[in-house]
Amino acid sequence: MTPLLETRGLGRAFGALQAVADVSLAVQPGELRAVIGPNGAGKTTLFHLVSGLLAPTSGRVLFRGDDVTALAAPARCRRGISRTFQITSIFPELSVLENARVAVQLKAGGNFRLVGGRGVLDASARRARDSLGSFGLLDRADALASTLPHGDQRLLEIAMAVAQEPALLLLDEPTQGLSPEDTAATVAVIRRVARERQLTIVLVEHDMDVVFDLADRISVLHFGELIAEGTPSEIRANAAVQTAYLGGLD
Amino acid sequence: MANLVEQLLNALALAGLLFLVSAGLSLVFGILRVVNFAHGVFYMLGAYLGFTTVALSGWFWPALVVVPPIVGVLGALVESSTLRFIYRRPPIYQLLLTFGLALILEESIRVLYGPTAKGVEPPVQLQGAADLGGLLYPRYRLFLVVLSLVVGAAVWLFLRRTRAGLIIRAVAQNSEMADCLGADVARVRTLVFGAACALAGLGGVAAAPMTTAYLGMGISVIVDAFVVVVIGGLGSIGGSMAGSLIVGAAQTWGAYYLPETAMVIMYAVMGAILIFRPWGLFGEEE
Repeated sequence: MTPLLETRGLGRAFGALQAVADVSLAVQPGELRAVIGPNGAGKTTLFHLVSGLLAPTSGRVLFRGDDVTALAAPARCRRGISRTFQITSIFPELSVLENARVAVQLKAGGNFRLVGGRGVLDASARRARDSLGSFGLLDRADALASTLPHGDQRLLEIAMAVAQEPALLLLDEPTQGLSPEDTAATVAVIRRVARERQLTIVLVEHDMDVVFDLADRISVLHFGELIAEGTPSEIRANAAVQTAYLGGLD
Repeated sequence: MANLVEQLLNALALAGLLFLVSAGLSLVFGILRVVNFAHGVFYMLGAYLGFTTVALSGWFWPALVVVPPIVGVLGALVESSTLRFIYRRPPIYQLLLTFGLALILEESIRVLYGPTAKGVEPPVQLQGAADLGGLLYPRYRLFLVVLSLVVGAAVWLFLRRTRAGLIIRAVAQNSEMADCLGADVARVRTLVFGAACALAGLGGVAAAPMTTAYLGMGISVIVDAFVVVVIGGLGSIGGSMAGSLIVGAAQTWGAYYLPETAMVIMYAVMGAILIFRPWGLFGEEE
């Protein structure tokens, strides 16, 4: 089976610093993959390379078997790669529904066409509402996004990415800064939405409970290199990971 | 009493013209983060092109319809051939560029039209005075009040109720994120710049029968428009409307009741805003 996402020898250097080095991984359709690693391991850089925010200095990115290395972020988004950010990224002065509508409309394109607006407007509002409903945000649809509690703002950001109906969803630390209760709720909602919409997800996360709870497979980065990959139980048992990372916490 | 109403209407007519210019100035700053010194010249260009259209067609109304799109397309060309390449530079580059553009356009108009002011006849229907219960008031100024209200409402509805309006508001708030979601930010910028120039052009056509088309009208309007957006808050359409009303009132009432201090009043209001609320009445604190 063709992997949905594949990286081949992917690398990015910032001057002398090799943030990501020779990373080759393959994510199958429907998989929930977690990428873990200590701070500075290159996880967020890897995300930028996959989503197209950064160009790699070596290697290639393949999506559905097509080479997308040369495409910028908006073009990759239209092909079906949506992402969230480590720092909550929403439009604070738009309503919750408008936030989701922006995401839907930008995926669909044609926003500056003068005719045929009504039908498209209704269709995009429906998709936006649909996604907000999946995340339990529909009753706050008309509130300004800035008035939502932090946990709901993070959910809104995921809802916006999901509203784009991507094939691949990249989540950058979705539970960052959340209380234990909010974290549990977020994990539950990600699992449910992933199943309902048959999403393929790649997730960067610091919270090991979240990772071992959610992931089908885990890739471990250390100093920009991929040092291990496997199921959660394989990763738990992996000696190299123990020394590089899990042991490092004690 | 009649005098008070007359001054009020004068203030509204002036505020209407200021709104047509400052709304675009504010919109461009909100989306492009550029303070556009050349904005006033597009207003002046609108007035001169209005003069030409009236001279060619013999009517005023076609000018009101034809000139704004022409000025808008010209603005979009200017943005996509010059400004586009320096957004990432420090703001001083954009100031210098738009200031240079203003000088070039102004001189081009001088070369084409000569130094003398060009009068524009208002349409027949709007000549003379209307009887407002005993008060005789120029019909054309009443038309300016109505026109700017209609345009203001149209801009507001466009931004609030259309797909394109939503994308524009999103880009204004967070262009990087809109880019990540798949927005063609470069195209949004060009369209907004063009639309803002079209609004300024409309203002110029509308102003011409009252002020004539003259060299220097761009500079004088841009100064007032800057005062408007400082008071109202850069990037806010509602702020442009409020700022226009305040400046319109300060100028007309000042000129009537305290002629020596008319200009001082306007700048005093602006000074007070800068001290107590530097982001303007409707702007967002940054």
